[in-house]
Amino acid sequence: MDHNESRVVKVTEERELAEAIREATGPLRIRGGGTRTVGRVVEGVDLDVSGLNGIGLYEPGALTLVAGAGTPLAEVEVALAAEGQRLAFEPADWRGLLGTGGAPTLGGMVAANVSGPRRVQAGACRDALLGVRFVDGSGTVVKNGGRVMKNVTGYDLVKLMAGSWGTLGVLSEVSLKVLPAPEAAAVLVLAGLDPAAAVGAMTAALRSPYDVTGAAHGPWGTLLRIEGFAGSVDYRAGRLAGVLAPFGEVRVERDGAAVAALWRAVRDVAPFHGGDGAVWRVSLRPSDAPGFLAALGRNGIGADAVMDWGGGLVWTRVPDTGDAGEAVIRAETRARGGHATLMRASAGTRARVAPFPPEPAAVAALSAGLRARFDPRGILNPGLMG
Amino acid sequence: MEMPAADTRVMARTSEIVAALRAVLPADAVIDDPAETRAYECDALTAYRCPPLAAILPRSTAEVAAALKVCHDLGVPVVPRGSGTSLAGGALPTADSVILGVARMNRVIEVDYDDRFIRVEAGRTNLSVTGAVEADGFFYAPDPSSQLACAIAGNVAMNSGGAHCLKYGVTTNNLLGVTLVTMAGEVIEIGGAHMDAGGLDLLGLICGSEGQLGVVTEATLRILPKPEGARPVLIGFTSNEVAGACVADIIKAGVLPVAIEFMDRPCIRATEDFAHAGYPDCEALLIVEVEGAEAEIDEQLGLIRQIAMRHDPVEFREAASEEEARKIWLGRKSAFGAMGQINDYMCLDGTIPVSSLPHVLRRIGEMSREFGLDVGNVFHAGDGNMHPLILYNANTPGDLERCEAFGAEILKLCVEVGGCLTGEHGVGIEKRDLMGVQYAPADLEAQMRVKDVFDPAWLLNPAKVFPLAASAGRRGV
Ligand SMILES: Cc1cc2nc3c(=O)[nH]c(=O)nc-3n(C[C@H](O)[C@H](O)[C@H](O)COP(=O)(O)OP(=O)(O)OC[C@H]3O[C@@H](n4cnc5c(N)ncnc54)[C@H](O)[C@@H]3O)c2cc1C
Repeated sequence: MDHNESRVVKVTEERELAEAIREATGPLRIRGGGTRTVGRVVEGVDLDVSGLNGIGLYEPGALTLVAGAGTPLAEVEVALAAEGQRLAFEPADWRGLLGTGGAPTLGGMVAANVSGPRRVQAGACRDALLGVRFVDGSGTVVKNGGRVMKNVTGYDLVKLMAGSWGTLGVLSEVSLKVLPAPEAAAVLVLAGLDPAAAVGAMTAALRSPYDVTGAAHGPWGTLLRIEGFAGSVDYRAGRLAGVLAPFGEVRVERDGAAVAALWRAVRDVAPFHGGDGAVWRVSLRPSDAPGFLAALGRNGIGADAVMDWGGGLVWTRVPDTGDAGEAVIRAETRARGGHATLMRASAGTRARVAPFPPEPAAVAALSAGLRARFDPRGILNPGLMG
Repeated sequence: MEMPAADTRVMARTSEIVAALRAVLPADAVIDDPAETRAYECDALTAYRCPPLAAILPRSTAEVAAALKVCHDLGVPVVPRGSGTSLAGGALPTADSVILGVARMNRVIEVDYDDRFIRVEAGRTNLSVTGAVEADGFFYAPDPSSQLACAIAGNVAMNSGGAHCLKYGVTTNNLLGVTLVTMAGEVIEIGGAHMDAGGLDLLGLICGSEGQLGVVTEATLRILPKPEGARPVLIGFTSNEVAGACVADIIKAGVLPVAIEFMDRPCIRATEDFAHAGYPDCEALLIVEVEGAEAEIDEQLGLIRQIAMRHDPVEFREAASEEEARKIWLGRKSAFGAMGQINDYMCLDGTIPVSSLPHVLRRIGEMSREFGLDVGNVFHAGDGNMHPLILYNANTPGDLERCEAFGAEILKLCVEVGGCLTGEHGVGIEKRDLMGVQYAPADLEAQMRVKDVFDPAWLLNPAKVFPLAASAGRRGV
């Protein structure tokens, strides 16, 4: 353990992590790469877990990888690429969006349950997470799940840890299911659609049997992705173009680098990089997205929007003033049975506006009960999720 | 397997409890006649039986909530039940418990093809979920072999899998939301038709919690457009090792079949005698199924053939027609029935890293000789989910105990090589006392804390999942 900087504790082993938490006397701000600064600002001592790094096991034939929570995501992606594999859920890099530096780590990715465009077909980060080791708020090491693809032994704390933002425990190791990277990919592009027509086109594609692995809409137009063996991509791209014909002229992009660049831009929400404005991330039934955006429009916001997951995920940028559109966005989300998270805003706004969606009383009671038991002293990223 | 002694204080109040349930439920929803409660005395782990104090069959979430509140206020344990096909004893009652069956709640509530989900009441059977959407070209992916009978309620509680999970995932990967009634009778909506949780992932926690956190009365499930076509191949090998190596090579090559099923010689023999599927006489065989349009299937199977040929198969049989495809699946689908013809069997469910397949199969063979009990292996090889079927004779004194001891050794082996006790059947009572093999006390403590939050009095399905000694204090013993 390294205490040399007064407000930073840096650990390099799980045992040290447990000790640091046991010995903590006040709130801890848990840092992997420090790239995902979402939620209420936490005051406390920085607990830096980037030292818990390294790939412990990688079995391409079993599609599994186990690594320390501090392992840089980039290191894992390089190792997987060398075997022609990848993380299917396509984790986003939020540095451009949030204006952060550092290097994204596996632990941060899991704690934030970060998934990209392929979530719509391959599942979320939590779906690829096979096992975790973590240290709870009393300094006890806990493991759950394992490194095999099917595991129903006891309760699934693996899912609970994904997306818990370090508030239930500090991850020390994660096991992930990986998948083969496809030989080829193509994107079908439609230009000039309004949100309703775009969702119509994306829905038609996702309802087809052609295994669409991305469906997004933004400044690039409306994008539909197909991946697989080259012959199969050709075949399905042709079929899908037929499905999309009623929505306008379809352009097919087959160049590998261009395809990758387009989806990286969608994944990382590139249209909102730099500049100011608060950014919301809204999860909805896909067919509700156009009505939701129209409702925002009636309130003078929402024109600046990107849709992913066929419309199931809406990113929108609004002026970072007052409540940053909270009242309207939350009301319109609630009315449709979804949820909205304030992903980017000034510290002032994040102090006024709850970044995470408020929960109904009964659900909030369960969440509070879990926090109280996993972190009885309330020292792990306290208040980050509200 | 030990079950806790029934609470005599609860049993003494049987008539009061039944009357209180009758006060909130329709007359035909409360069953206390011993001749009728017997129907609920066990699930598919039939070696263990115990009639409940009463059984209730509510028709709505409101009735479930009212009944749970009664049981909660009177301190009566409740065992939720779907169709009773659990192989782990998950739905086994205790004499002081009320069985809450959701079988009467089987309606389809909403189907939305544009948003690709179906919402059903939890008593609906797995197969009839697909049945409700297949005419429109959709299906619900998780397909346990018991799908004709098992309910979505049980699937959610056990996080059930099936043959096609290699590509499509298990229940938890296809579940979008549930209506959950807590033991105190509170109705809670978790998730919905949108993707991912806004706060903590309670849905992920509820799925696979074996009926211990709440009673699921409705579920929103992801449905998928049906692929254009599918075709299986059958590949025979000279040894388990070679078949295991072929599985790893297929996966590494970047093909993702929808299913890779494995059968060893004892199982091949038994199914051949029973179902006459025309399987080759060999040490091990794989059934590999791929999906897509004709040309896509040809391309994938071409690659699989190339890989298989490197392993000198004794046979590579590609289905050239619907009929041939049916015959390839016939043996696999009748494997459990075929083994059941030979003797009583216990079906295990440990999962191992695919790379350990040959080693584990060899050790199971050696142990089979040590214990003097035959065993056949038929399982989902792509994801390492084994199903050793141990044959025993229930009428031979000591055979069941020997079989259980053998089973425990196999499961310990699964954990030893980096796997787990159960891949899809759940812990129930069957693996409850082995939990310490896979988890340290602190790991179990963390899980039990979750139950403390949802069900502080530990009244829901209390004697399952956790070793009795570990949960004793919480169960008020
Ligand atoms: C021949 C055969 C083949 C099988 N094949 C497979 C297979 O391929 N894959 C697989 O995964 N499983 C398989 N199983 C096991 C079994 O079918 C599954 O576990 C199934 O999900 C159980 O569903 P059920 O409705 O019968 O649940 P039950 O047996 O009634 O109950 C199972 C568990 O769910 C709980 N529960 C039931 N209803 C509720 C509710 N409403 N709310 C909360 N908890 C509830 C019960 O308390 C119990 O713990 C097989 C079983 C058999 C007999």
